[in-house]
Amino acid sequence: MTNWEKQRHERQVRLDEANRYASGKLVSSENAKALLEAVIRSGDRVCLEGDNQKQADFLSEILASVDPSHIHDLHIVQSGIVLQAHLDLFERGIARKLDFSYSGPQGAAIARALEAGRIELGAIHTYIELFARYFIDLTPHVALIAAVSADRNGNLYTGPNTEDTPTIVEATAFKSGIVIAQVNEVVEKLPRVDIPGDQVDFVIKAERHFYVEPLFTRDPANVTEGQILMAMLAIKGIYAEYGVKRLNHGIGFPTAAIELLLPTYGERLGLKGKIATHWALNPHPTLIPAIESGWVEQIHSFGSEVGMDDYMAARSDIYFTGHDGSLRSNRMMCQNLGLYACDMFIGSTLQIDLAGNSSTITPGRIAGFGGAPNMGADAHGRRHPTDAWLKAGREASDGPVSLTRGRKLVVQMLETFGEKMVPSFVERLDSLELAEKFKLELAPVMIYGDDVTHIVTEEGIANLLLCRSAPEREQAIRGIAGFTEVGRGRDRKAVEALRHRGVIRRPEDLGIDVLDATRQLLAAHLIEDLVTWSDGLYHPPSQFRNW
Amino acid sequence: METFSVQGTTASRAPGNRLQAITGVNASGNLEVLVERVLPDNECSVEVATAVAGFRDLWQAVIAAFFERSAPGGLRFSINDGGARPETVTLRLMQSARLMEVDQ
Repeated sequence: MTNWEKQRHERQVRLDEANRYASGKLVSSENAKALLEAVIRSGDRVCLEGDNQKQADFLSEILASVDPSHIHDLHIVQSGIVLQAHLDLFERGIARKLDFSYSGPQGAAIARALEAGRIELGAIHTYIELFARYFIDLTPHVALIAAVSADRNGNLYTGPNTEDTPTIVEATAFKSGIVIAQVNEVVEKLPRVDIPGDQVDFVIKAERHFYVEPLFTRDPANVTEGQILMAMLAIKGIYAEYGVKRLNHGIGFPTAAIELLLPTYGERLGLKGKIATHWALNPHPTLIPAIESGWVEQIHSFGSEVGMDDYMAARSDIYFTGHDGSLRSNRMMCQNLGLYACDMFIGSTLQIDLAGNSSTITPGRIAGFGGAPNMGADAHGRRHPTDAWLKAGREASDGPVSLTRGRKLVVQMLETFGEKMVPSFVERLDSLELAEKFKLELAPVMIYGDDVTHIVTEEGIANLLLCRSAPEREQAIRGIAGFTEVGRGRDRKAVEALRHRGVIRRPEDLGIDVLDATRQLLAAHLIEDLVTWSDGLYHPPSQFRNW
Repeated sequence: METFSVQGTTASRAPGNRLQAITGVNASGNLEVLVERVLPDNECSVEVATAVAGFRDLWQAVIAAFFERSAPGGLRFSINDGGARPETVTLRLMQSARLMEVDQ
């Protein structure tokens, strides 16, 4: 007789062992290690909630302290590898295999561990790609998650940083896995329920509040005039040109400059209500002036941002909030709307090649992808039309309009030279060298050239939709690459011809006066100005306060 | 400190009546430009004083492209450079040429 309930049985065996450390669902922090040793078995797939922002840091440290002779060969499946404790799991031999999507600050440490053979790398994913695999071949046996508070029944309130939690719990709890939450506090009554208690097995009040990194705060004081010029080019040459209403912004300074120019330059161009009304966006503080000036209809967020809680709670017409008033974010949902319901992604990158492939790889670091590859990709399953989407599709095609699909606008903004005069335009991406060194089957590319529709630099806009051949595309890219070697290697005649066709547009072609490209044009010059715009509701993290 | 000068010729006189303008700041990664309407109508020049030596070839390319783009006949530009990147130099030069067109 086949046993069809082996997983459910296994779960029960582990719960029976673990229950001696619990009082109901509650487990004290002193018993946390014993609990993990009771529910985790060698070879398990474990998700240690490491999101883009929120970290189950207490549980990570506990897991990194278990006895490796007892628990080893774990397969870690989680979005973010960003804490020292995440690396310690591999250094100590507790974990061996890794499937992840983003590493940020630990990029160099991951590269070292990979080289030393301490990490067996499955793959580097985008967020929703990894989430998808949670439901098909990387389902966690155990999920260690983070929430703000719990009640005695295991119901969880995640606060504004809900992020990946519902997705992780869905995959684990409904496939006979075990879910353990670290919380800041246990309360009688939750402000709202983000995760129902019957999907949570154990709750541990951690010794400190979970860690959240402010990732989306850009100080307006650091926006340069070159970035302001690029922002003007983008607003006039792309947002206005295509009438882009639904969009996602990356996290760099050029897009922060755009946010700060909407209520000034955008207003002057008469674009209010015509562009940038609906957003898939983390709560960027630099968007506050545009929101307060009535530009923005609605924002759905992947995660939250430190200091923005009170502001968002007071702007529930704009943000998604619970009935308790606080923000509800959800990375899975927001990535999905970025794919299927945004007409444009615009973001910065570090390096771009002659075909328009872009990469944020720097030598010796494996930084991962996060969400940009999905935001910056055209979803071929999309079927609803908008003017922006149809116009982009038709520009790229010479076929009959009646059967031409639309295109998402995918815009890369970059200054021609990066830090220390490193050229941003290259003949060969550094990621190819990285792939050779670490024997990766696939060189990491953030956004493939065939998805990129426009590149914006201080020199102008290259519209790749209008290019009809690889050599044309190469000259369009060289034609805005400034004084980099790639830029100086342009065929001047070909570039002028592209300019006459509108493939390349310079500031003067768009009627942009370089005298306007000054910091006076920013709606806020300092973080303090953002606080003023927010009516005192925005509370900047301490590292951004200088008053 | 490295100093040098780049000369150019243009077809016509830069528009406007302003005689002098100054823009930018001499700070790290930035530059200050003084423009004076002191040359014959079909000549232009840029005098560079830069804190970062060894990029003369790049300066020449940036300035030649600027002469072509802005046609600043009759103008002499003096740059105090604090290590600005080429695109910042281009933007400042174009801003300073534009300043000579507008009334004070």
